[in-house]
Amino acid sequence: MAIEDKLATIRFEVDAEPHIRVNTELCKTCMEKGCLYICPVQNYTLVEDKLSFSWQGCVECGACRIACTACAIEWDYPRGGYGVCLRYG
Amino acid sequence: MPEKFDAIIVGAGPAGCTAAIVLARAGLKVIVFERGDRPGAKNMFGGALYYTEALNELLPEFWKEAPVERCVTRHTITMMTADASFSIASAEGSFGTPPYNGFTLLRAKFDPWYAEQAEAAGALIVPETVVDNLIRDGDKVAGVKTRRENGEVLADVVIAADGANSLLAEKSGLRKDFKSDAFAVAAKEVLALPADIIEARFGLGEGEGLAQSFVGECTRGLNGGAFLYTNKSSLSLGMVVRLSSLQEKQTSIADLLDEFKNHPAVRPLIKDAVLKEYSGHLIPEAGLAMLPELAGNGLLITGDAAGFLVSTGLTLQGMNFAIASGYAAGHAVIEAGKAGDFSRRGLAGYRRRLEESFVLKDMQTFRHAPSFQDNPNIYGLYPALACGIARRIFRVDGQPRKKILSLVREEMKGKISLWQVIKDMLQAGRALLWP
Repeated sequence: MAIEDKLATIRFEVDAEPHIRVNTELCKTCMEKGCLYICPVQNYTLVEDKLSFSWQGCVECGACRIACTACAIEWDYPRGGYGVCLRYG
Repeated sequence: MPEKFDAIIVGAGPAGCTAAIVLARAGLKVIVFERGDRPGAKNMFGGALYYTEALNELLPEFWKEAPVERCVTRHTITMMTADASFSIASAEGSFGTPPYNGFTLLRAKFDPWYAEQAEAAGALIVPETVVDNLIRDGDKVAGVKTRRENGEVLADVVIAADGANSLLAEKSGLRKDFKSDAFAVAAKEVLALPADIIEARFGLGEGEGLAQSFVGECTRGLNGGAFLYTNKSSLSLGMVVRLSSLQEKQTSIADLLDEFKNHPAVRPLIKDAVLKEYSGHLIPEAGLAMLPELAGNGLLITGDAAGFLVSTGLTLQGMNFAIASGYAAGHAVIEAGKAGDFSRRGLAGYRRRLEESFVLKDMQTFRHAPSFQDNPNIYGLYPALACGIARRIFRVDGQPRKKILSLVREEMKGKISLWQVIKDMLQAGRALLWP
């Protein structure tokens, strides 16, 4: 099952304000790119060798914040009430 | 002037709500901030809530009212290779009678109910509110800064119950070690399946549940495992893998979970089950080695935020640790209040209570489990050996039969030396077996 179809099962209150900011300049120097593998919703992808990410579909686990060795990810909680709203958990 | 409370609790999960119930019942003025649109909105676990004395004391016979799913009477551990599996299964009738050994549940249903109990006790629960930082007065924590207009709130003590990804514990300086080898990430699916099919398929009586863990090929040999829990009319199926392991092997956890669902030992179990919700979460896995300072001046750290969790490979327990730590925090704050001393020293009762309870005792007992789990043989070689030995035992092919020890020796040959097995057994023994 494609990750997009799985994402469609999650309720999000999407905030216009991003809660993740990535300094993609720093990503260019990062060889590991752990973010590509650890994100359970595969929010980090490489598009023509450039790191691309989506904060709208973030499940807020925070794994990328810990895994990023390049310190390129600035991660904060979305505003109160926004972001992922689990119905089952 | 910002409003002042006796206690501020950050996070309306099991740790925070337990502390809130204890404090509110003692007559203290308590406020609980929750960043979700309601308690439970951000929370996910395996999972099962195992027996917790504190919960039974605070809410006797809670299972009659609480949205629990099934009482866990069956535990199965399955080792797997690409096309085979070997399981050990336990069915324990006494687990199905009060006070029950454990319940499967869904956090987006249970946590709001639990928060209601805190509210009923007199605590003020404020959802949709992120706590951004602590307010300090000299060297002590004096309150929190929320992400709201005029969002400063003061209190004698702040209890951080803000989960595995506790930014507050980090900002307070009590916890520093956010490293990939100390955390695992979990991906989980809730799969709808009618109750009668669940009971027939898993051999369960009405209301009875199964907790199953998988190790081996399900993680392609990476440090982690998979799980399956039966809810009333759904299954919780998921996977937990150490962050550093995924990074090192450049493997996506989402892909692993999809592969796992297609394994011949799993596919029939989830046949016709419909995906209702996918989710992900962080798990603090380093155990005692990662334990932060638990108390600062005017500050306590509880639950996942403190890394209270025991993963032995046989069971994964966290929610009961969260509840017990919230209970200990609540009582420590009451004690500190009586003495009028909310300094680190005044709050020292927190650690003492945890040391007296199963929380720090279990973490101490299983302190070697995290390093034992770093042994790659657990995820590759041993599941393969178990399946291979079982195949040799059960195979009938017209050849003369051999006794089990010869079959074991044949299976081990060329794969692992007896010396290595002994070394691994000693390590396993130290982690899980002998006192």
